[in-house]
Amino acid sequence: MKSGQKQSQLAAKLKMTLDADQLTNCMRCGFCQSACPTFLETGLEAASPRGRIALMKAVADGLMEPDQAFRDQIDLCLGCRACEPACPSDVKYGQLLEQTKEAMATERKYSLPGKLVRKVFLEGVFPHPGKTRALGHLLKFYQKSGMRRVAQKSGFMNLFPEHMREMEAILPEAGGDGVIGRWLNRRLPAYREQTADGGMLLVVPPVGEKVGRVALFRGCIMDVLFTSTNVNTIRLLRQAGFEIVVPDAQSCCGALHSHTGELEAARRLALRNIRAFAQTNADAVVTNAGGCGAMLKEYNHLLHKDRLHREEAADFASKVKDVTELLNERKHTLQMKPYTSKRIVTYQDSCHLRNVMRIRSQPRQLLQSIPGVEFREMQGADRCCGSAGIYNLLQPEMSSSVLDHKMEKAEATQAELIVTSNPGCLLQMKWGIHRTGKTGRMKAVHLVDLLAESVVVRDHLAAD
Amino acid sequence: MLSQAVRKELAAIVGNEWFKDDTQMLVSYSYDATPLYQSLPDGVIFPGSTEEVSAILKVCSRHKIPVIGRGAGSNLCAGVVPVHGGLVMVMKRMNRLLEIDEANLTATIQPGLITKEFHEAVESRGLFYPPDPGSMIICTMGGNIALGAGGLRGLKYGTTKDYVIGLEAVLANGDVLRTGGKLVKDVAGYDLTRLLVGSAGTLAIITEATVKLVPKPEYRRAMLAVYSDLQAAARTVSQIIANRIIPCTLEFMDKPTIAVVEDFAKVGLPVHAEAVLAIEQDGDEAAVRRDLDRIESICRQEGAIEVRVATTPEEGAKVMEARRSALSALSRLRPTTILEDATVPRSRIADMVLEIQRIAAKYEVQICTFGHAGDGNLHPTAMTDSRNPEEIRRVEKAFDEIFEAAIRMGGTITGEHGVGLVKAPYLEWKVGPAGIHVMKRLKDAFDPDHILNPGKMFAQTRRRIIIEDGQNASVGNHSTGGHFADE
Repeated sequence: MKSGQKQSQLAAKLKMTLDADQLTNCMRCGFCQSACPTFLETGLEAASPRGRIALMKAVADGLMEPDQAFRDQIDLCLGCRACEPACPSDVKYGQLLEQTKEAMATERKYSLPGKLVRKVFLEGVFPHPGKTRALGHLLKFYQKSGMRRVAQKSGFMNLFPEHMREMEAILPEAGGDGVIGRWLNRRLPAYREQTADGGMLLVVPPVGEKVGRVALFRGCIMDVLFTSTNVNTIRLLRQAGFEIVVPDAQSCCGALHSHTGELEAARRLALRNIRAFAQTNADAVVTNAGGCGAMLKEYNHLLHKDRLHREEAADFASKVKDVTELLNERKHTLQMKPYTSKRIVTYQDSCHLRNVMRIRSQPRQLLQSIPGVEFREMQGADRCCGSAGIYNLLQPEMSSSVLDHKMEKAEATQAELIVTSNPGCLLQMKWGIHRTGKTGRMKAVHLVDLLAESVVVRDHLAAD
Repeated sequence: MLSQAVRKELAAIVGNEWFKDDTQMLVSYSYDATPLYQSLPDGVIFPGSTEEVSAILKVCSRHKIPVIGRGAGSNLCAGVVPVHGGLVMVMKRMNRLLEIDEANLTATIQPGLITKEFHEAVESRGLFYPPDPGSMIICTMGGNIALGAGGLRGLKYGTTKDYVIGLEAVLANGDVLRTGGKLVKDVAGYDLTRLLVGSAGTLAIITEATVKLVPKPEYRRAMLAVYSDLQAAARTVSQIIANRIIPCTLEFMDKPTIAVVEDFAKVGLPVHAEAVLAIEQDGDEAAVRRDLDRIESICRQEGAIEVRVATTPEEGAKVMEARRSALSALSRLRPTTILEDATVPRSRIADMVLEIQRIAAKYEVQICTFGHAGDGNLHPTAMTDSRNPEEIRRVEKAFDEIFEAAIRMGGTITGEHGVGLVKAPYLEWKVGPAGIHVMKRLKDAFDPDHILNPGKMFAQTRRRIIIEDGQNASVGNHSTGGHFADE
């Protein structure tokens, strides 16, 4: 199919899918530009939410064609949605972006490697926890067997672009067991329940009196690269009095799919998750990854056209909570270990946690309750770090530009610890520390892991 | 479209990276923050220095290409919409704070510097630059100067025109003009500095400015006064000034505005009230407390049903936040929000608000009014939908009558937003035929080929006014009766 034909097909599609009400709602005040990372990096109107909306509207009105420059500009958007809280008119930019990406994905001509990657990972791996964990096993083997050292030293890694080499270098140790496997392997307190359709639920009892029953969302990348963070999440929640149930039938939240325009795939994953969590009888669905939490919290929007399932989706979405919300509420019940050393700590907001789930103060309050922590607010902590899902892989130039400015602000606080609430941000900050040569002097951690070291948790892992 | 030769010349001045004319660029610089106006330019250029600006203008002069200077594009009068095409000149690369001179209490800046960043830099040195337009998080100093921006602190501290004491500007023929300086007193020749402030890019392109600074007030506190009667609120405003108290902010919100703001911000505003005054004073702590006490008595004396003085600066900040969120709150009601700017002498505020309410009812459009009661600068704001042309026509008619009412009361068509394109048809009502005549000749003197921001300030078509017995004026587009003398 000729590219001109594809372009007019895209134009037609965009005219249909873009929400005219939202497009008109933008009053072009420009306040979004104070929050947009790509605008701050480039100073160009088109690289701002106001500009992108104007371009979308121009396409919808037939004023211009959705050419390569248009598609590139849409791809340049981080999807951080910092523009949404800044917008006086409450324009749902995230929805407009999603509609545009969806139209673009169906009309897109991907290069062969691109198609392969999408097919293998988005369709083949992430939606299937078993396969994701298998990949985790492989990655762990690669890391621990010496293969990694060989790859790095032999120059094999030079086949990959620089940003990928750098990211490979900072990857944490992977695992193939997942949180359920690891919890059972370490013989931590738990028992199994079976669901009506034969699925497995891992149920972890609280320490002391039970204050509620919550279900853990374990994530896909989270469960492979940060299994210990998932374990620590459960440990902290049970210490705070919660009974935690982990349904094995859950899968990837679909954020990566949704952000690349694969909305149908995202919807399928959403239905799977809604079903899996409906069987847990939990009061809340807990996440420790801002990106996933935001996706889950918007399942009602994702499925609002699905008359059969929209109510369950809305019910599910209303139950989604970030772990920091629950822990902060129960802060008074957590006993802190005595102060051992003073540490200067700063916090990088997860864009989705802050802009979509609107959680800003709870992580900070938790940090400030740790003895010995001197918390210093980083200038622009609410600005994206440049990770943005897999944006750092797809748009390395903008991502590293944004990251470099972020690291300047982080270094200005003189913090030795940069705390995050999302795996993407965590990897990006690790990359930033590596890029600025601060390895050893600065460390990036997940808030849950820092809390797990600082809170008195009564289980045998603490004694280990 | 620009010819290949011109494109090459322009790219040679700034480099290929900073001259663009692809569709995406043209579309993204075809609008500003004014609803309903959009027009494609022929090119977009980003100069990095005064020399580049001068070279660009020489090229454009030679080829008679319109040039539209632009900052953040946050104005509300279509001031940077390229209605005659041409070259949009974005000043954002020239965005440095060049100097803060603590001995002379001045700062020298480039036009692309964002106002809020300027405030922060200046305040970190214990100094203060009072003009605070509502869009200060994104608007640029150059834009403020071009349109003579105001803000909430205008009553006590004045506006942009009171702070600009020196300019460097490039004329249409590329000549670089320097006016004023770091001087408290200077009467050498005509006051070109004052002339250029507010000239909206129609006389010159500003490339550097020196502004004066004042010491930062040490203390600030706010209060809220609630009224069940509009006249009482208006009387309070007059009485505060009559008692020789000049608060730094004296803001007003009418009943429809209060309801919407409370729904949005949830700060505990009294939704049953007819009017609310948000008042802030700054300065030495004892003086501030004394002023607020006196203001509180005046409010109660004039019939305020409730007065709440903030007990902490944070609480006070919340009060002012609520007022600043008025635009946000209103803009959520309907897709298109048209924020206008009709100013009257302070003593006529209540009359003006009542007129606005009457006119809104007459045309069956939704208009909420809030604004700077202390200086008579009100912002009647219409909530509508640009996709409904019939309603838009009624809104336009309503605003016609509102401007006309403002002028009748001795006011003006724009206190701070500027004339731009939107209010050009009304300019003659305010300045009169002699005024228009002189202004046009000034324009011709500065820019004989009319390449600087053409189509703005002076209307292409004149709105006819029918004068009846010198007292009342009414608007008509097809007048048959008495008229102003034509040129």
